[in-house]
Amino acid sequence: MNAIETSGLVKVFGDTRAVDGVDLTVPAGTVYGLLGPNGAGKTTTVRMLATLLRPDGGEARVFGHDLRSEPDVVRQMVSLTGQYASVDEDLTGTENLILLSRLLGHTRAHSRARAAQLLEAFGLTEAAGKQVKHYSGGMRRRLDIAASILNTPKLLFLDEPTTGLDPRSRNQVWDIVRAVVAHGTTVLLTTQYLDEADQLASRIAVIDRGKVIAEGTKGELKASVGVGAVHLRLRDADQRERARQVLAGALEADVQLDSDPVALTARLTGRATEQAAEALAQLAREGITVDTFSLGQPSLDEVFLALTDKKKEAAA
Amino acid sequence: MTVTKEAELLPAPKAEDLAAVLLETVRPSRPSALSASLTFGWRAVLKIKHVPEQLFDVTAFPIMMILMFTYLFGGALAGSPGEYIQYLLPGITVTSVVMITMYTGVAVNTDIEKGVFDRFRTLPIWRPAPMVGYILGDLLRYVLASAVIMVVGLILGFRPGGGFVGVVLGVAVLVAFSFAFSWVWTMFGLLMRSEKSVMGISMLFLFPLTFLSSVYVDPATMPGWLQSFVNVNPISTLAEAVRALMAGGFDGDAMMWTFGYGIVFTAVFGALTMRLYNRK
Repeated sequence: MNAIETSGLVKVFGDTRAVDGVDLTVPAGTVYGLLGPNGAGKTTTVRMLATLLRPDGGEARVFGHDLRSEPDVVRQMVSLTGQYASVDEDLTGTENLILLSRLLGHTRAHSRARAAQLLEAFGLTEAAGKQVKHYSGGMRRRLDIAASILNTPKLLFLDEPTTGLDPRSRNQVWDIVRAVVAHGTTVLLTTQYLDEADQLASRIAVIDRGKVIAEGTKGELKASVGVGAVHLRLRDADQRERARQVLAGALEADVQLDSDPVALTARLTGRATEQAAEALAQLAREGITVDTFSLGQPSLDEVFLALTDKKKEAAA
Repeated sequence: MTVTKEAELLPAPKAEDLAAVLLETVRPSRPSALSASLTFGWRAVLKIKHVPEQLFDVTAFPIMMILMFTYLFGGALAGSPGEYIQYLLPGITVTSVVMITMYTGVAVNTDIEKGVFDRFRTLPIWRPAPMVGYILGDLLRYVLASAVIMVVGLILGFRPGGGFVGVVLGVAVLVAFSFAFSWVWTMFGLLMRSEKSVMGISMLFLFPLTFLSSVYVDPATMPGWLQSFVNVNPISTLAEAVRALMAGGFDGDAMMWTFGYGIVFTAVFGALTMRLYNRK
């Protein structure tokens, strides 16, 4: 069962095609990352899937229920934490949660107990009686997510959940997301941070200008722009030129000289580990001393830049 | 930067607690339309509790209007301030309360900007509930404003012939009409880009509506072409209905028109509001 299936989803604002034919398949029980820069169409896609915007074209189903014909059924299964905290600033943390719990149909007593329980679990007990406008960004986010899981949803939309948060608060939000997924909720996460998608998502769609330009598991995406890269640091800067020639010969790849005078980076193309081992052996035979050596997958940053560049080349 | 410090002192979420809260299995059926609306009404009351300053507009403005009209124009219009207030007070209550109905639109607009609206719209509840909730909360303001004006009026010498019951009935009709009239502002609240433009457009409507009415002077003193507007103005019919009730009488014609307008406002602007709400 797929949590989300869309085909050719379109949303037009004036003469901008904010979402221009998006096809997504999100398997249930996973974190799916929608990765893209500002204005790529991530938020618009999420808003359509959360029934806040009507699609102008295409099909979309949430757990098999059509967005257009059964919006109320969809609303019973989803929860949205928007890009801007969707809690009431004038009310306290407790009041916000009680309000939403009551709107979900819980009794007053149950709502009060549930609010206290959630505030405790999210580390907000001390701030429970304070108006939300006095909360820090991280606290607001946590309250927002707490509000979203009042009725543990089957599908949770998190629209840039850590934008503007300090690293500590960001890690806390990540922990919460992991706990939510471990419980069986599907999460659709939009982010412009590659490490966030890398940390949380199992599948990622890279979206740019309203279109999905790449889709797959993290590994697949990385593989699509090369197997990985070898990073070397030499003891002696004078040996770098010689090392470059050796590596270029052994790896049949471009070797970049880094700004650090003893460092080199080579992108691998084929059988990564064997090539790298062979290259190391050759360097040793040449009498070049290697201080550190690391073999890594390309970062999602490199993936994103490579993908957007490819697209530009294709267009040109 | 007290806020950041406070945040640092707060404990981080605990993994085991998180796991526990996610085990929530109680899945209640969706709340009834009434229950959802009342919950939103409760929210509006909480907002008044947390930001009581917002009642300043509701109380200070009407007092200013009564004092100004009674003492500035009273002598010229009715011979003496004391006599004029007998005619003016029911009408000025109507004007004041109708004027503050536009805050409903401001509240809707502010919520949209803040993002909390998005959450309400993704809830599986009776769709008009948030809108009805705003208006329910505002009924409290209307009652409060009416009470303040009555007290000030009594101090200044207003002596309603209908007594306490007449006054209460008058206020009840006024509040009921205001509920209907508020739908105009929920519509504008959804339509306009900012709360400033909501206020701007409301003044454009409210000033002519409240002044070109029978609130301040008897329409019989006006030129015929103006009378033809003033006599069908909903504010006039409302003012006349309320005035009659407070004086201990009953103006059937005015009452019928007032309720007719109320139904029309609710049907037309309620429908337009919900259309915009679903499309937004």
